[in-house]
Amino acid sequence: MKKRKMSRGLRENLIGYSFIGIWILGFFIFMLYPFVSSIIYSLSDVKILGTGIEFQFQWFENFRNIFQFEEGFAFIEALISFLKELVFQVPIIIVFSVLIAVLLNQPIKGRGVFRSIFFLPVIIASGPVINELISQGAGGANIFESYGFISIIENTLNPALAVPIVSVFSQIIIIFWFSGVQILIFLAGLQKVDRQIYEAARVDGAGPWESFWKITLPSLTNLIFINIIYTIVLLATFSENLVIVSIKSNMFNINTGYGMASAMAWVYFIVVMMIIGIVALIFIPKNVKVKGAKQ
Amino acid sequence: MKRIVKAKRPIDFKTKLRRFFFGTHVTDSLFAKITIYTLLISIGFLYIYPMLYMLSNSFKSQSDIVNPMVNWVPTSLYFGNYQRAFSVLNYFPTLWKSMFVTFLPALIQTLITSVIGYGFAKFNFKFKKMWFVLVLLTFVIPVQVYMIPRYVMFFNLKLLENPLSIILPATFGQGINSAIFVLIFYQFFRMIPNSINEAAEIDGAGPYYIFFKIGVPLAGPAFITSFLFGLVWYWNETYISSLFLGSAYPNMQLRLANFVSEYTQIYASDELLRINEGVRLAATLLIILPMLIIYFTIQRWFVEGVENTGITGE
Repeated sequence: MKKRKMSRGLRENLIGYSFIGIWILGFFIFMLYPFVSSIIYSLSDVKILGTGIEFQFQWFENFRNIFQFEEGFAFIEALISFLKELVFQVPIIIVFSVLIAVLLNQPIKGRGVFRSIFFLPVIIASGPVINELISQGAGGANIFESYGFISIIENTLNPALAVPIVSVFSQIIIIFWFSGVQILIFLAGLQKVDRQIYEAARVDGAGPWESFWKITLPSLTNLIFINIIYTIVLLATFSENLVIVSIKSNMFNINTGYGMASAMAWVYFIVVMMIIGIVALIFIPKNVKVKGAKQ
Repeated sequence: MKRIVKAKRPIDFKTKLRRFFFGTHVTDSLFAKITIYTLLISIGFLYIYPMLYMLSNSFKSQSDIVNPMVNWVPTSLYFGNYQRAFSVLNYFPTLWKSMFVTFLPALIQTLITSVIGYGFAKFNFKFKKMWFVLVLLTFVIPVQVYMIPRYVMFFNLKLLENPLSIILPATFGQGINSAIFVLIFYQFFRMIPNSINEAAEIDGAGPYYIFFKIGVPLAGPAFITSFLFGLVWYWNETYISSLFLGSAYPNMQLRLANFVSEYTQIYASDELLRINEGVRLAATLLIILPMLIIYFTIQRWFVEGVENTGITGE
């Protein structure tokens, strides 16, 4: 009876909100409230007392302390080395996953087997597991060391450049391990490219090399953007990432506490957002459908 | 087409030879085939190298590990590493604890995000775009930003060291990577034509009835994929669990992270059983074993799921 009285628009609104209502509720409790509190924490001196937590508002003192405290220096150092590694790792992961996706898209036998192998790391790549593997020398360091590859880099390049490159190569396999989901996303994208376009290009005399640059790669632009964002988020939230470890250890450090740890988290957040922003600025002018972003 | 063209033109030996090696199409030729297989097999080997390394070394006894002559195959299968890793990890009780913070949140998250995704896909309501953008934003915001207040909140609610601190956010669609699952379901339900909904509505079915009787049965693949990915992500998650659960409720990953110190505590007195890479890798393998078993029994759901659910967007 009631239904008939309501206008269709109102009814649809109510039904729609009844479906997503739980998300909105959760968003306020577990997202927005902590998010806003985090701003307050970062601007306060947070003291944990026996009776509870006490805040003392102090503007940007925490942020200033990052540049004055020893813990702050360690954090900044971790942040810079994270950024350096990001610059090397993201392109490696993207190029690697495009390469593997293109190879897997060829009509070959045993596609399924290869596909499962390349996805396998996603299943097992947790922080402690990867930590163990790298520290026990399973990260690929020994492969490159045995060919004297690493010492060549160390000897020829200046240390500022050599250190991140060496660290990339000493864990190259683990870096490859971060590309499981990206490979599948590229593969799904490649399978949607019409085969006839390749046929047409071949008739016009294009070789496989031209086809790759003129057809395959442009059709993946959208997905490259999505995958870059995905990779950045994946690396930035990886639990053994030094910046994250630093923030967490500062949380329970008497000198710094929740306040400064929150300030660090905010610096980290802004830096990550800026990187994502730069990537978006590079890609969006090239007619990337924004709607498809971050999927 | 190709054959007709070939037949019309006489081919000299040189082009024949070239065709044999390079083919008319990039994948036709023997040369290309060999290149592709070589690349795939060698990269594939490199890819599972850490796994093979782990497997081989976990079966090595102390003397095998220090012996430079023993490379891949241990002189004898040595199970001592596994025995000790098994007891230090306190395997089955820990596994049981891990299930609580893995299966349960993954399952709840899947069910809840399916409802949310359906809401976004099938109804037009005010501020829908805004909420949707917010859903996407929650994916990019690093956990660290809101984790400290969440920690304080759970501390005040006395929920720390309690599995509920992991399960509750999942119940409200704010679990690990929940945004991705909302998107998966959104994409999936959007593919179901609206005319089906309209037909059911004319027959007098309400929106919830339609969701349960039409939406849910059609979205089987999305449910399975989401559940599996949730399972894997919850299993491998360590940051949140180390904060919220801590050492009072250690799951598998936390046990592994503290493995060295726990091991040395137990076997400190025994010089012969010092910690070595064999036992550490055995512990690592034991940690990933449950997921490996799940993966190899139903791996097609993982791999094809990414394609089937249309997560790549159109």
